[in-house]
Amino acid sequence: MPTLTRQVSRGETGWEETGGKPGLLGYLRTGMMPHLWCPGCGHGIIMGAFLRAFDRLGWDQDETIIVSGIGCSSRVTGYLDFDTLHTTHGRALAFATGVKLANPKLNVIVLAGDGDLAAIGGNHLIHAARRNINITTICFNNNIYGMTSGQFSPVSPTGSWATTTPYGSIDRPFDLCELVRAAGGTYVARGTAYHVRSLTGLIEKALKHKGFSFVEALSQCPTYFGRRNQLHNAVDMLLWQKEHAVNVRAATRMDPEDLRDKILIGELYRSEAPEYTEEYARIREQVRQKAREGDLVQ
Amino acid sequence: MAQVKKKQGKVPGIFINRRWCKRCGICVELCPKKVFTTDTLGNPVVKRPESCVWCELCELRCPDLALKLEGE
Amino acid sequence: MARVNTRTRFIQGNEACTEGALAAGMRFFAGYPITPSTEIAEILAERLPRVGGTFVQMEDEISSMAAVIGASLTGVKAMTATSGPGFSLKQENIGFAAFTEVPCVIVNVQRKGPSTGMPTSPAQGDVMQARWGTHGDHPVIALTPFSVLEAFTLTVEAFNLAEKYRVPVILLMDEVIAHMRERVELPGPEDLEIVDRRKPAVKPGEYYPYDVEEEDGVPPMAVFGEGYRFHVTGLYHDAMGYPATGNPRLADQLIRRLVRKIEGRVEELTMVDEVQTEDAKVVVVAYGSVARSAARAVRLAREEGYRVGLFRPKIIWPFPAPRVRKLAARVEGLIVTEMNMGQVFREVERAVQGMAKVDLVSRVDGELITPVEVLTAIKEVY
Repeated sequence: MPTLTRQVSRGETGWEETGGKPGLLGYLRTGMMPHLWCPGCGHGIIMGAFLRAFDRLGWDQDETIIVSGIGCSSRVTGYLDFDTLHTTHGRALAFATGVKLANPKLNVIVLAGDGDLAAIGGNHLIHAARRNINITTICFNNNIYGMTSGQFSPVSPTGSWATTTPYGSIDRPFDLCELVRAAGGTYVARGTAYHVRSLTGLIEKALKHKGFSFVEALSQCPTYFGRRNQLHNAVDMLLWQKEHAVNVRAATRMDPEDLRDKILIGELYRSEAPEYTEEYARIREQVRQKAREGDLVQ
Repeated sequence: MAQVKKKQGKVPGIFINRRWCKRCGICVELCPKKVFTTDTLGNPVVKRPESCVWCELCELRCPDLALKLEGE
Repeated sequence: MARVNTRTRFIQGNEACTEGALAAGMRFFAGYPITPSTEIAEILAERLPRVGGTFVQMEDEISSMAAVIGASLTGVKAMTATSGPGFSLKQENIGFAAFTEVPCVIVNVQRKGPSTGMPTSPAQGDVMQARWGTHGDHPVIALTPFSVLEAFTLTVEAFNLAEKYRVPVILLMDEVIAHMRERVELPGPEDLEIVDRRKPAVKPGEYYPYDVEEEDGVPPMAVFGEGYRFHVTGLYHDAMGYPATGNPRLADQLIRRLVRKIEGRVEELTMVDEVQTEDAKVVVVAYGSVARSAARAVRLAREEGYRVGLFRPKIIWPFPAPRVRKLAARVEGLIVTEMNMGQVFREVERAVQGMAKVDLVSRVDGELITPVEVLTAIKEVY
């Protein structure tokens, strides 16, 4: 018997003594729980939303690969009972592209943070979107680098406070949904941890969508973002999401002036375009057909 | 948006996994019917299960996946 | 009329490398354009779809390396090709592959560095980078072909070693070998031994991805999508593959096993071509394109009556120190010739431990070392 740090998928989960039977246990490496995220961190809510969306689809866990990068949210892969790949900082989508291209039959899902996807991995995000490769990406956006204890990220609002913006941020933030849409992604949505039911629905649609799908899930980091930005706990931060999020359909009937400090949530963009692995399969078939006809030397 | 399924007369089983719960207070503070309270250590405690309207938001918003509603 | 042998080809090293890769069963290539390795990508872009494989031009060097690792995890033999600047960019993910034990092949066609350097000139300045380019202790294997034929055979060998030991293998070519054309007889499938990775014999529930019997063992490797549900992480991990960063004993065991897995097998991983070293008083140590000049110099010196030989390592990492030491015990001097300022020279000195005199013939102007330069050195040292 090899030496293990923890008994995984075995032993007590803490649920036995409650008498309750949680529905998501089959998707978790329960031996790894409780997770390492801080009390009140939104990442657990988004992980739950993802698992519930996945569960609704009834997809095969064994044919689903989950890839993450580096950072708080990227530790998610350690808790999920799938084939999981915890990669290098920023590169989750690049690894995922290799997995998907080498075996297009697999469902490939990237779960990663805003620093990972928008800063160090920004190039991979726009190019995965450009290819319209059938990968679903969920960005756990907490506006901060949590794992390194609170530096500003490319989506931190101008004027926000972080350890590396001690006088307030002068950086202008990315709108990641606009970025992915402009780069060629064919499903783009935004949700929040507060609006978890709607977020779950958006993730479900993103998973089902053929092509590059992207869900920006607003998370809360009470430990590093909240504390420095006058949002003193997880509840305050969730209520901030409630007050600032406007559904994209409702927004069409609103005065632009009233939308100035608001964040649009819901399905923001959807279109159809050739999917990369299908296009490659087509090329492969074309070339082989030509070879059969003798146009090419095999 | 939230579909509130009021189930007349049914009281759900509300289970909290104390090993996973990190006492963030989200379930306590955001429950629309104030079903939860906290003990002196900050642990959530089910106080008024009969008030529950089965919105399930406590379960969905629990960051620790430590809360579960069960029942008919 | 002579029978046409379709395996007789007049090709450059880069093309031979692609032939070797395809013969070894490589079916996934991810890369980014860079001189002088681009032909490898161009040829594979054409060839791979014909054999049911996949070619992708990624957005940069880093993602090419990442995609190769991702593909390899699905059970496919995968490779990338690059040159100096790109090799630098790939280092972090090469370390990831070494640490997570994902087989892959990285071709580095060396050009003159540092920085952008001289993109079309040969060099051998990446020998140490091939060994120590990524941070932290780690295992790696590197091969150095000296001919177009060897660009083929050592590419096959690179895949075999990668799959057998679950380690990134670097094919350290140089611009001369990559672009030089030679007439070659490519070995056919019947002449090649092809190694495939060992898959787990147990059912998913009983699979421990990093569990080994021996302290230098290579664990069997499951395939993504076959139900094993295993975790791959660049964090220190336990036998199950889960993070174990707070466990010094496990950390020590893991890194020592990984390094021992390759360094501990240096004898079986020694692949050297020794020419006329039996009676030699002085031996020239050379690899890659420089070994061609060295071989010529040795021949010329022998014609003039000098007792000299050639020692040409084909596997440069792990460094064949035991063989060099054995050689040093019976010769008076060793001359290391290389297109850098002494990267292998210092490894030789370290192996020789003062048993013989070691000299360096070095050239770092982007030009190949000539036979005459080596011959002159032989005469000076002799």
